[in-house]
Amino acid sequence: MLLEKFKHLQSKTLVLPDANIDTDQIIPARFLTTTSRKGLGRAAFYDWRFDEAGMPRNSDPFAGKDPLAHQILVGGPNFGCGSSREHAPWALADFGFRAVVSTKIADIFKSNALKNGILPVEVDADTHADLLACPGAEVIINLQDLQIERLGVWKQSFQIDAFGRRCLLEGVDPLRFLQGCAEQIAQFEAKYA
Amino acid sequence: MSLKPSAKSLFDKVWERHLVCPQTPEQPAVLYIDRHLVHEVTSPQAFTALKERGLNVHAPQRTFATMDHSTPTIPFGPDGQPVYASEDTKAQVQALQDNCNDFGIELFGWDSPNRGVIHVMAPELGLTLPGMTIVCGDSHTATHGAFGALAFGIGTTEVSHVLATQCLLQNKPKSMRVTIHGRLNAGVSAKDMALAVIAKLGSGGGTGHVIEYAGEAVRSLGMEERMTLCNMTIEAGARAGMIAPDAVTFGWLDRREHAPKADEWLKAVEEWRQLRSDDDAVFDAEIALEARLIAPMITYGPSPDLAMRVDGITPTPDDEIGRNGLDYMGFTAGRPVMGQKVDVVFIGSCTNGRLGDLRDAARVLRGRQVHKDVRMLVVPGSEQVRRAAEAEGLHEVFEAAGAQWRLPGCSMCIAMNGDMAKSGELVVSTSNRNFEGRQGKGARTVLSSPATAAASAVWGEIADPRPFMETPCVA
Ligand code: SF4
Repeated sequence: MLLEKFKHLQSKTLVLPDANIDTDQIIPARFLTTTSRKGLGRAAFYDWRFDEAGMPRNSDPFAGKDPLAHQILVGGPNFGCGSSREHAPWALADFGFRAVVSTKIADIFKSNALKNGILPVEVDADTHADLLACPGAEVIINLQDLQIERLGVWKQSFQIDAFGRRCLLEGVDPLRFLQGCAEQIAQFEAKYA
Repeated sequence: MSLKPSAKSLFDKVWERHLVCPQTPEQPAVLYIDRHLVHEVTSPQAFTALKERGLNVHAPQRTFATMDHSTPTIPFGPDGQPVYASEDTKAQVQALQDNCNDFGIELFGWDSPNRGVIHVMAPELGLTLPGMTIVCGDSHTATHGAFGALAFGIGTTEVSHVLATQCLLQNKPKSMRVTIHGRLNAGVSAKDMALAVIAKLGSGGGTGHVIEYAGEAVRSLGMEERMTLCNMTIEAGARAGMIAPDAVTFGWLDRREHAPKADEWLKAVEEWRQLRSDDDAVFDAEIALEARLIAPMITYGPSPDLAMRVDGITPTPDDEIGRNGLDYMGFTAGRPVMGQKVDVVFIGSCTNGRLGDLRDAARVLRGRQVHKDVRMLVVPGSEQVRRAAEAEGLHEVFEAAGAQWRLPGCSMCIAMNGDMAKSGELVVSTSNRNFEGRQGKGARTVLSSPATAAASAVWGEIADPRPFMETPCVA
């Protein structure tokens, strides 16, 4: 799968303030029986959205929110911890999210997210507190300048893996990049016991 | 200018040995992977990616597969076929069989005497060796670090990268050393040690780091216990956990199927002896614990770091999240968890599904009965573990006590194969994750050692295992 390029995103935030939102919450294990990466949006946060009988919950944090208008997910600290399942970013991307913002985002999730066109943005505690306090805020994320801005309120820079950024900005495909190292790999293997 | 080479950690040494291309500010390192382990859940989309691009598996001889997550643990049906929980799980296992066939990858499938949970099976076969880089589309790949390998979980896209090139693009993580001084008290296990470390670090405390476990308490663990400790490294957010290999490691690996033999073995051991952190190696972070202060542990909230002594009282949470966690568990702040009514006990998983774990549970259960209100599943981590346990008669101990003795697999650790708890049920589980709904929608999980789980099964309530274990008299 080749990535859509990502330069700039302006959208409203959807806030899930809980700490340690793990990948079992993002997509419960019973939805991992698929052999495809498509159509997992329906399983995203399934047990938060639907009750035992499969009926929508009153507490559904996504109820009445147009996914296309809320492409930035603001999560509590330590977002995406737990299992390495790439189904988590697949589900979020299919649901419509393009960015996840938190103070801390788990390593494997971060890496998986970048590979699926979801930008993981880590911000400081004050910025995070402001975002948590203002669900639905209009936020701009600029990957070119590495800036996140709450429209007209504040602007912050953020850090991201340089290569991941390049892949998203230029549409570089990491597998093709690795294949480009074939000669070095062959040399390594030749002298590797 | 000093010419003295800088001191290196175990992690530095393994990392550097596998660099195909060094890391630069613009691009991650290209890291060579010695061993790629594959299972049915995180691989189908990776094989599809290869097919779409018309690529082959670069090094099938370095790639090994098993099926464990979706496979049933109940006996085969009258037709001699496994009884899957759903068409989806059956199709997923079938897809793995087809992919392994198409790409020439060795699969430890239904017909193999070695099938098992991937992180139990690979070390048993000697596929896990010191100094290797090992990856798998599974976060508990950290388990293999117990042998002094650099082993970590990857996503499915990365699985396709390794299949296609035997390499990964990786930024070098930071390093952390966790030193555990002294000796564990009787009745306290490696699982309790792991939970104590996670409670200390917090669930995100290891993020971005590779942990090396050191200290007398770690050195004095057997191999299975070291695997238990490294296995849960991810529960502190760290990428990998490592323990320097030593005589215990070499003794355990000697003559395993895929371990080097004869002269090769001697040569390998000589090399492996170098795999330790230099005395003056510097770590980005260091923490220390006293083993004698660790008691049998239990979790009290829906995150593995919310762990405390089994005989303690639940802390009073200082925020909404903590309160919600206690609410979900149905526990009250400031009260003991001992005495909470238990519905299900699960012994198994890549954390605690090895022979020693089953012995620990059997020691508690021998001559006793599982409480009438408790359903107990004992699921060996692999076919090898199953055979060894049956040879010792452990299955008879479990069955006589009223527990179910199952076929190997992940089972209730991830509840994908039909083994699960019902909403509201309280499960004492020897697995590694207690997230909301992990063992079934609405199920409540507390994590513990096999002994604590077995004691709780007998008592029908969360129980301290120590009174159940005949421990040698210590002054
Ligand atoms: S036993 Fe549990 S943690 Fe281990 S590989 Fe299976 S599902 Fe993952």
